[in-house]
Amino acid sequence: MRYLPKSQSERQEMLDAVGAKSIEALFETIPAKYRLREALKLPGPLSEMEIIDYFKARAEETSRGYTSFLGAGVYQHVRSVVTDALVQRGEFLTSYTPYQAEISQGTLQAIFEFQTLMAQLTGQEVANASMYDGSTALTESVLMAERLTQRHRVLVARTVHPEYRQVLATYAKHLGIEVEEFGFTASGQIDLASIRADALAESAAVVVQSPNFFGVLEALGPVAEAAHAQGALLINCITEPLSLGVVRPPEAADIVALEAQSFGVPSSYGGPYVGVIATRDKFVRQMPGRLAGETTDAAGRRGFCLTLATREQHIRREKATSNICTNEALYALVVTIHLCLLGKEGLRELAAQNLAKARFAQEAMKAIPGVTLPFSGKIFNEFVVEFPRPMKHINERLLAEKIIGPLALDRYYPEQNNRGLLCVTEVTPRAEIERLAAAIRKIVAA
Amino acid sequence: MSNEGTLKDKSARAETEAPGIKKAGRHVSQNEGLIFEKSVTGKRGIEFPPLDVPALDPATALGAEFARGGVEGFPEVSEIEVIRHFTRLSTWNYAIDLGMYPLGSCTMKYNPRVNEFVARLEGLATEHPLQPDKVSQGCLRILHDLQKCLLEITGMDAASLEPVAGAQGELTGLLLIRAYLESKGNARRKILIPDSAHGTNPASVIIAGYEVENIKSNARGQIDIENFRQFVTEDVAALMITNPSTIGVYEENIAEIAEILHSRGALLYMDGANMNALAGITRPGDFGVDVMHLNLHKTFSTPHGGGGPGAGPVMVKKILEPFLPVPVVTEKNGEFALDFNRPKSIGRVRAYCGNFGVLLRALAYTLAYGPGIRQATEDAVLNANYIRKHLEDVYDLPYNLPSMHEVVFSDARQKRHGVNTMDIAKRLIDYGFHPYTTAFPLIVSGALMIEPTESESKEECDLFIEAMRSIAAEAETNPELVKTAPHATRVGRLDEVAAARKPILRWKPRQHLDSTPHKVTATAVPTA
Repeated sequence: MRYLPKSQSERQEMLDAVGAKSIEALFETIPAKYRLREALKLPGPLSEMEIIDYFKARAEETSRGYTSFLGAGVYQHVRSVVTDALVQRGEFLTSYTPYQAEISQGTLQAIFEFQTLMAQLTGQEVANASMYDGSTALTESVLMAERLTQRHRVLVARTVHPEYRQVLATYAKHLGIEVEEFGFTASGQIDLASIRADALAESAAVVVQSPNFFGVLEALGPVAEAAHAQGALLINCITEPLSLGVVRPPEAADIVALEAQSFGVPSSYGGPYVGVIATRDKFVRQMPGRLAGETTDAAGRRGFCLTLATREQHIRREKATSNICTNEALYALVVTIHLCLLGKEGLRELAAQNLAKARFAQEAMKAIPGVTLPFSGKIFNEFVVEFPRPMKHINERLLAEKIIGPLALDRYYPEQNNRGLLCVTEVTPRAEIERLAAAIRKIVAA
Repeated sequence: MSNEGTLKDKSARAETEAPGIKKAGRHVSQNEGLIFEKSVTGKRGIEFPPLDVPALDPATALGAEFARGGVEGFPEVSEIEVIRHFTRLSTWNYAIDLGMYPLGSCTMKYNPRVNEFVARLEGLATEHPLQPDKVSQGCLRILHDLQKCLLEITGMDAASLEPVAGAQGELTGLLLIRAYLESKGNARRKILIPDSAHGTNPASVIIAGYEVENIKSNARGQIDIENFRQFVTEDVAALMITNPSTIGVYEENIAEIAEILHSRGALLYMDGANMNALAGITRPGDFGVDVMHLNLHKTFSTPHGGGGPGAGPVMVKKILEPFLPVPVVTEKNGEFALDFNRPKSIGRVRAYCGNFGVLLRALAYTLAYGPGIRQATEDAVLNANYIRKHLEDVYDLPYNLPSMHEVVFSDARQKRHGVNTMDIAKRLIDYGFHPYTTAFPLIVSGALMIEPTESESKEECDLFIEAMRSIAAEAETNPELVKTAPHATRVGRLDEVAAARKPILRWKPRQHLDSTPHKVTATAVPTA
């Protein structure tokens, strides 16, 4: 087998050295009745070429040749070959968590740069080395707020990504955290007036998302003020961080839970992605996840090491801030390299392109008789469209035209059954937006 | 301080050129500051096609309420500078691709390159998790095929590929236990955990709303079966066990332990972190395990990438299947689908459908071996025993039971000379190896936990053995040399106390203008 660097004679030599009669002898502590007597029924073994063939065949059974208008927390954006070439260096790809700092300075410095970029982007003071994804980052942010305030209730906007809220519900259930949801207004923004002051006074945090699940930007100032007045924290969730290239950062928030997939990470049918938590310095000791810090060696040379580990499970066990161990380091590196390539100018230009594309798509939709944009709030690169027909009807016909249409909102909001969430980015050609509009015009008129 | 540095550097040269160090030599590596320190206004590393719709001024479009000027402090560098920056950083890392990485419990095996290639194929890397099943058949079939393989390897009945790390698999498994017991009328209160367990185990128990009850290992590092009986009360929901245990020893009474638990209505959870000792040899499902997770970034070769990503799929017996998290991958007449309609489900543990890119690589790994996965397990166990055999006369072996995929020594003998496990580990770096796992498991004082995996040749194992024996000798003849190691790295041991006391967790413009501690002296001698 090509992955195994031993000849049969070497195996025998090693067995002899060990003093074992046979390889089976090394497994004798396993009771005989539980040792497999037959080979496992597994496909393979396959050569490298056969493995490639298998996966190429699978790649033919997906959406190649389709144009997608899906966003909803996962975005198609430019990716540079530079990023991919760099992260495939074995020294990054095949290294472990940098506990041995002296031979992990590359990873550690890159994490330090990642933390810096995330803090700069979100307008927060400090960010961690990554969480699994946005949904678990949000969930962990709520647990963090609970520890900080010692309150066991949380108010969550219905405009927060529904799957993120589902994950929060799974975790909160057995921790005794009560999750209460609140609604939105005709602008598509949160209904701040619907939050009672007495509910706030008992809550660890108010959780909002901006741009929210409907693509609408939330005004964070007023909600932060309302929350802080009652001793609650504001958690802001961001699923489209490219927006921060042109949109004001959530400085008013106390904790930011971010999904960084937009920055060079392929959509890859759901993962791996990159969650991040950013917060204020004073809250850092309650923040979950790894942190790299700057320090020096005995000769005064600058170096980086993992730090504040007393928050973590390998030191604190059941008293840890979280059970997280493995995170998404390699994809945090992807994000870091991608953002270095973009730089200050590129980030802004890319964000501005998204803004322009979305405006163009909004105009194209509005021009179709019977099609409306139900929410009046400002958007970044996705928005809700209301059709005169159910989404199922629209999307089935679009699929026949090789278009993956807007995400049907009734999947998560049963009352919004004629509405779809439409996303366009810099990689969506104008001609495809026009083709979508023409197809919808036909479907709606039929 | 600078004097000390110079002296140290001189000794470093001497020690890395010592004839005893065969695997590693010295070579120059490039110095490199932080990317922010290289930034010059007006540079950029990427350009885009021109906008094909009318431009929109963000300030006007968003208004004063939402518009942002620019991101303060963001780097401005060219493409070549990005390439050099990260390439230079990469050369400061050790990696499996460079040599043996014997971290116990971490299973640092070869990460096949073809897995990277197929994960990047257009049509797989490009798919959106919310796209219709009809245009996702290839992705769903990959998930379904992997599920089938993992069930065959573990002998379990059903799987969830949703959890994205071992710790999340643990939590998911515990929530499944809770949901099952709740359906029987009583979720119970406690989870039993041996004192040799990974830290994630107790941390996950808390999130699942249970209490941890630690059980002491007996003198042989195993669960004391008579003692164990008394622990399993009506309050106990499950035992969470790692098998082989973290000292690399098969839990000989595991089937009886399962019976005791089952007879009292409790379940057996197995942490599959050490599955690399069992794949193809024995199946947890056959010896009484009710629920377990696998670490695909360990046993199934997906790259650790400096800390992640991983995947922690959960495998269960039939009784737990109704409670699996959503979505579940199903197949009917050759049509694959994501099933969300599962009324008894514990819910979602993550958005979308798991770390697909990791799952895909694990399938590529499994396909490469097929039933031959047994050979990988045999080689892994052979390597561990070979290393044990050649080191047990110089390092203390606290638990003298047959080793499986890893061996755990203690630093008891070297401590007499003031040298501890961390010192030995750091000295290994000078010999060209990544250290083993230090100071874990907690039941061994000063542990040296060594897991070579099947990916190491006899030659590499021999070099490792030689290095470890040489360090054992140095610990007696020149303990200072070991205690001050590593001598050949870019930086020496770092001041972790200062790092934690006054944390500097990000770059800020001013703080770095005032000091220049990062200017590495020309005499610094890097390796790796």
